[in-house]
Amino acid sequence: MPQSKVQFGYHRHPNQDRPAAAPAEHAVVVVGAGPVGLSLAIDLAQRGQKVVLLDDADRIGEGSRAICFSKRSLEFWDRLGIGQRMVDKGVVWSVGKIFHGASQLYQFNLLPEEGHKRPAFINLQQFYAEAYLIDRVGQLPDIDLRWRNRVTALERRNDYVALTIDTPEGPYRLHAQYVVACDGARSSLRQMVGAEFSGQVFEDQFLIADVKMTAAFPTERWFWFDPPFHAGRSALLHKQPDDVWRIDLQLNPDADPAIEKKPENVAPRIARMLGHEHFDFEWISLYKFQCRRMDRFVHGRVIFAGDSAHQVSPFGARGANSGLEDAENIAWKLDRVLRRTSPESLLETYHIERSAAADENIRESTRSTDFMAPVTQQEARLRKAVLSLAKETEFGKRMVNGGRLSVPSVYDTPLSTADADTWRSGPRPGTSMPDAPVADPSGNPMFLTEAFIRKGTRFTLLTFGNGKTVDAPEGLGTIRVGGEDGLIDAAGLAGERYDADTGATYLLRPDGYVAARFRQPTRASIDAALARACGLN
Amino acid sequence: MPLSTSSNFAKPDDAFRAIVEAHRGLSDAESADLDAALVLVLANHIGDIEVLREAIALAKRRMLDASQQQQQQQ
Repeated sequence: MPQSKVQFGYHRHPNQDRPAAAPAEHAVVVVGAGPVGLSLAIDLAQRGQKVVLLDDADRIGEGSRAICFSKRSLEFWDRLGIGQRMVDKGVVWSVGKIFHGASQLYQFNLLPEEGHKRPAFINLQQFYAEAYLIDRVGQLPDIDLRWRNRVTALERRNDYVALTIDTPEGPYRLHAQYVVACDGARSSLRQMVGAEFSGQVFEDQFLIADVKMTAAFPTERWFWFDPPFHAGRSALLHKQPDDVWRIDLQLNPDADPAIEKKPENVAPRIARMLGHEHFDFEWISLYKFQCRRMDRFVHGRVIFAGDSAHQVSPFGARGANSGLEDAENIAWKLDRVLRRTSPESLLETYHIERSAAADENIRESTRSTDFMAPVTQQEARLRKAVLSLAKETEFGKRMVNGGRLSVPSVYDTPLSTADADTWRSGPRPGTSMPDAPVADPSGNPMFLTEAFIRKGTRFTLLTFGNGKTVDAPEGLGTIRVGGEDGLIDAAGLAGERYDADTGATYLLRPDGYVAARFRQPTRASIDAALARACGLN
Repeated sequence: MPLSTSSNFAKPDDAFRAIVEAHRGLSDAESADLDAALVLVLANHIGDIEVLREAIALAKRRMLDASQQQQQQQ
């Protein structure tokens, strides 16, 4: 378990002493202090919002939940000031290997190029991530984190949401302009707004065992189809911090959970896999999973993020990572709406962008699941053909689906301004900003993602080369690569990754996504793109 | 490029024969395995998802026609 605090006390809040007829009024209440709710609260607070964060428990959940955090999530956490702590504790990896039977079919590298601040993935037990996020929350006086505060009722009014909250000392009421429900797959707020949560249920059962051992396996993701130690099924091995290894074994659909999860029955399977018995169990659980989403992520003033809005199978690390992408997407939009610098309709683009991302994540993880557990005999036959073709053909290797790992979605969104110029490559509008190694004007090495953070994580103009400086609209950050006082792109990688000639300019959103790009921008074109990205037209 | 349904082989009988002979001596299960692999190899060679979708639609239409005929006979 982590060195950080895991048990938190309930404290009575003055809000609880208010008369029922005059409850306290807050701008935004976030429900659920998991990775998504905590990250969202921190982002909002860093943008100057006061946030009430409610959680029905009083401790960080143990056990085996999310372990793989993506490059995109780490870049988000960098903006929240905790990326480095996560990476320092986490196990960095980028290589995956796929085995069929006893032999390796192929391996892939999720970040084959140099020059990125963050790796493709780290593995980190979710409780560490939550502990570090809670430590960060403690540094931000604008976040009011209330443990053992359980929302029991929600009433939607025209200009606020009324919450009834139960505590160990009885209930109280709060009014909030906006509520963000980050209360997980079994979201009670989702039930309170009466929303459906439908999708596909998978029958196959998987057994997760986190075992503690010292082992010389490399820090790679190893996936087996039909391994010698687990005939006919699939298996996954992955390293976590503290010499803990995640083992995931597919079971027969008719396996009896009560029997399967007994340590004396799990141990022989694991021993066959590892070839020895020198390990201890940290955690054993059995699970089935579902892929489903809400129809709408925005229900008036109640917004859903993370597992409360969408659920995927675990193969692909698309659960927690997509929830964190939800948080970074809604945070800046909610901030603008609360400041009245953007209309409330900006929140609708959260639904547009993130529900499309959820569809993509569900599609990808469903395909992986179907490949691992073919539904029909013919599907099994096609999979067998792919696995056998993979031994001798490149196309076969690429069809083997042992999980397609989370990458940030590209948004097809009304906030983007379509390209008017010709681009050979580089991030098109709706894409998250690629990182690149640069140096500050004094020659100190740094990364583009760091430059973005130094400019305040707001709308930012990224311009290249010696062209004449564009007169940036008020309130925008500016990053200049090249030129007299600009960042130095010695290796040319920033220019290459942004397909940038002199004058090329990217308008970045506060979440680091590209809103527009121009070969030779005018002030008018930038103003128009900015207004569009703010939802003002 | 749309799916080509004109005759592309100089000797169509040779092509048909080659496929038939590949299945000779195989059990139904083995034949099904062979077909699965063959479909994947050929699909990759075509390398065009739209052509593949058209090919699937054309092939599936045969099955619909066949089941309709069967229903009519009943």
